Amino acid sequence: MTIGLADAASNLGAARAQMAISLGWHIILACLGVGLPLLIVIAEWRGQRTGRDHLGLLARRWARTAGVLFAVGAVSGTILSFEMGILWPGLMTTYGPVFGFPFALEGIAFFIEAIFIGIYLYGWDRLSPRVHLVCGIPIIVAGCASAFFVVTANSWMNQPAGFTLVNGKLTDPNPLAAMFNGATPIETTHMILAAYMVSGFLVASVYAVAWLRGRRDDYVRAAFTIGFVVAAVCTPAQIVVGDIAARYVADHQPAKLAAMEALMQTQSGVPEHVGGIVINGRLVGALEIPHALSLLVNGDPNSTIVGLDAFPPDLQPPVNVVHIAFDIMVACGTGLLGLAVWMFAVGVRRRLPVSRWFWRAAVLAGPAATVAMECGWITTEVGRQPWIVYNVLRTKDAVNPAPGLWAGVIVLIIVYTLLTVATVYILRRIASTQRPADSAKP
Amino acid sequence: MTMANTVLVFLWGGITAYAVFAGADFGAGFWDLVAGDAQRGAEQRARIATSIGPVWEANHVWLIFVLVVLWTGFPSVFAAVASTLYIPFTIAAFGVILRGTGFAFRKEVTSVRIQRIFGACFAASSVITPFAFGAIGGGIASGRVPPGIDAGDVITSWINPTSVLGGVIAVCVCAYVAAVLLCADCKRDGQDELVEVFRRRALVMAVVIAIVGVAGAPILAIDSPQLFHGLIGRGLPVITVSGLFGLASIVLLWKRRLVAVRATAAVAVIAVVWSWGVAQYPVMLVPSYGVAQAAAPDAVLIALIIGLSIGIALVIPALLALFHLSQSPAATRHGGAAQPAELQDAVPDRSR
Repeated sequence: MTIGLADAASNLGAARAQMAISLGWHIILACLGVGLPLLIVIAEWRGQRTGRDHLGLLARRWARTAGVLFAVGAVSGTILSFEMGILWPGLMTTYGPVFGFPFALEGIAFFIEAIFIGIYLYGWDRLSPRVHLVCGIPIIVAGCASAFFVVTANSWMNQPAGFTLVNGKLTDPNPLAAMFNGATPIETTHMILAAYMVSGFLVASVYAVAWLRGRRDDYVRAAFTIGFVVAAVCTPAQIVVGDIAARYVADHQPAKLAAMEALMQTQSGVPEHVGGIVINGRLVGALEIPHALSLLVNGDPNSTIVGLDAFPPDLQPPVNVVHIAFDIMVACGTGLLGLAVWMFAVGVRRRLPVSRWFWRAAVLAGPAATVAMECGWITTEVGRQPWIVYNVLRTKDAVNPAPGLWAGVIVLIIVYTLLTVATVYILRRIASTQRPADSAKP
Repeated sequence: MTMANTVLVFLWGGITAYAVFAGADFGAGFWDLVAGDAQRGAEQRARIATSIGPVWEANHVWLIFVLVVLWTGFPSVFAAVASTLYIPFTIAAFGVILRGTGFAFRKEVTSVRIQRIFGACFAASSVITPFAFGAIGGGIASGRVPPGIDAGDVITSWINPTSVLGGVIAVCVCAYVAAVLLCADCKRDGQDELVEVFRRRALVMAVVIAIVGVAGAPILAIDSPQLFHGLIGRGLPVITVSGLFGLASIVLLWKRRLVAVRATAAVAVIAVVWSWGVAQYPVMLVPSYGVAQAAAPDAVLIALIIGLSIGIALVIPALLALFHLSQSPAATRHGGAAQPAELQDAVPDRSR
């Protein structure tokens, strides 16, 4: 079918919307798929070690919920692999050989994860307790491995490596060099930590609600503590990794950094802009911390940082989306760090905080971690625009020009809305059937 | 064997595994659809849920395996197929999501009304999804997907005689495999009445597939001459194997040899999948876009072969362990009487 440029242009919006919705939706379940197995195995392990029934019960109940979430995650992830071809054939046809390899490894890792999830969920009463516990370990390892592999593909889009372009034709592809590109170590670590934070804080949020409603038995304490501690341990590490990531972006994707910081002009002694919005090319309403950005990025308070004006308009990412998303991420991360410090300050005396304000904040921790993770993805993905492969391939040149892509977006929105409603309904249902009064029986 | 051919074997092996294992799960959804109202169909639906519950997610991963091998090893084919056939791919994608979530959610509710909604999602998409995949196969085999991005017609590439034939065969084969597997599952658990129900259905589907196969021949001869000539040429031995094992399966079903028929039916289905591959080889996009043209550079293929070999070596034993566990009787080896709560999780009591 012949196509005009107009089709391709309108398809770009449709394809980006479809990708954003399905990826933004799936990533939450992907995080839970990486993080929940660790929490469950910790509960089961502690239960077996201490011989206390409420921990074993906790592991079983979490596993039942996780079983449903894994199923949803498995299928919502599959959609994404379809979309790689449906929406971005221009990316796959030329660059599939270079960055397809980690997807193949991710497929294998996910296979092992799915198999052991089946064994683990089905094996509660069919395997000995020790074997059952051991079967949980491949789920944790494979979950981390799939996260690692799939994020290497994204880091390659930010920092393409492992090939040479000769007259627009790809030559000499090296899949390993592509996989271990410069952005890989920092981006994969950032995401895996995020997955544990999202999982741990979301679980902790559920039991913080129970705590505020007056349920303070061993069961709720253990559930909250396992979730919160796993997430809280990751939080300071995440702040450090995030800082390194920002400096890496400054060195390798200056346009993205300029958008993150809403730095419109190249200048020296750059302040850190907190909040604000860009109107007519000027940042309005931002809180300025003098020299802070120059200091953070280069270690020198008077150093020069490249602004968006260094790039032609068609190579600038949409500054407001990136800046606001980045600031929300940082704000959530900082808040979570404060909460983690609070918990640990009290926790050294081997008890949980008593202040209701701690528990109210803990209720928000899960949503905050999720928002931070989503905003992080918005920052990196929107901040890379107009490129799908940084400095190599523009997003508009990768999109499928076939007519009618918009219809897919509309169906997608309907299906995912219903899916969200159904998932929330099912999770609430499981929670309500699992809330007998005697849950803390000794 | 060239690197490209080795990767092609992985690819076609993955498609075969998906057709047999996930096909059985889709087929189970087909039987769920026709099991009757909530009262009458309760026992069958519970049986289906128990049989596919532990394994369907792992079986589903073969699809992801196929996609990633295709786009890494033969990226231009993936781009051409997905961009031209994006509508059936989108349908299959939504089918995949509704099937999985419908099935997983149905187990967690007790109200018959809501079970019916999730059950309908699961069952209907279990038919729609294999049909879409069959239609995709038909579009490729009939030469309606040229190389290049969005180079074919987005409608007639999947609404055409060969695609319809492919879709119907896919649905029937899924239903057949599922019925055969469910027979043996029922027998193992002593559900003698259900054995007869699924045995009868397996026999019916075997005959239906034979009729569709014979009726399909002239359709292929006219609509997909290249595939047709491949099938009656190089593919003939494979087709013959499929026919012989199909006949043997009918005999075994008739004689109630319900374990042996699993093997013969699987061989018959595998031969159907491979007859297409053998008939079309070395062309990937009919009429003339070949394996050698489509393959990624050797450096990529070598990495892929090493990665997949190690991966498959890890996956197969784990998969066998899962199948073994899922086939182990409902009674526990450990944990004694802790069973009932777990069973209630797996088997929705639809009569409530």
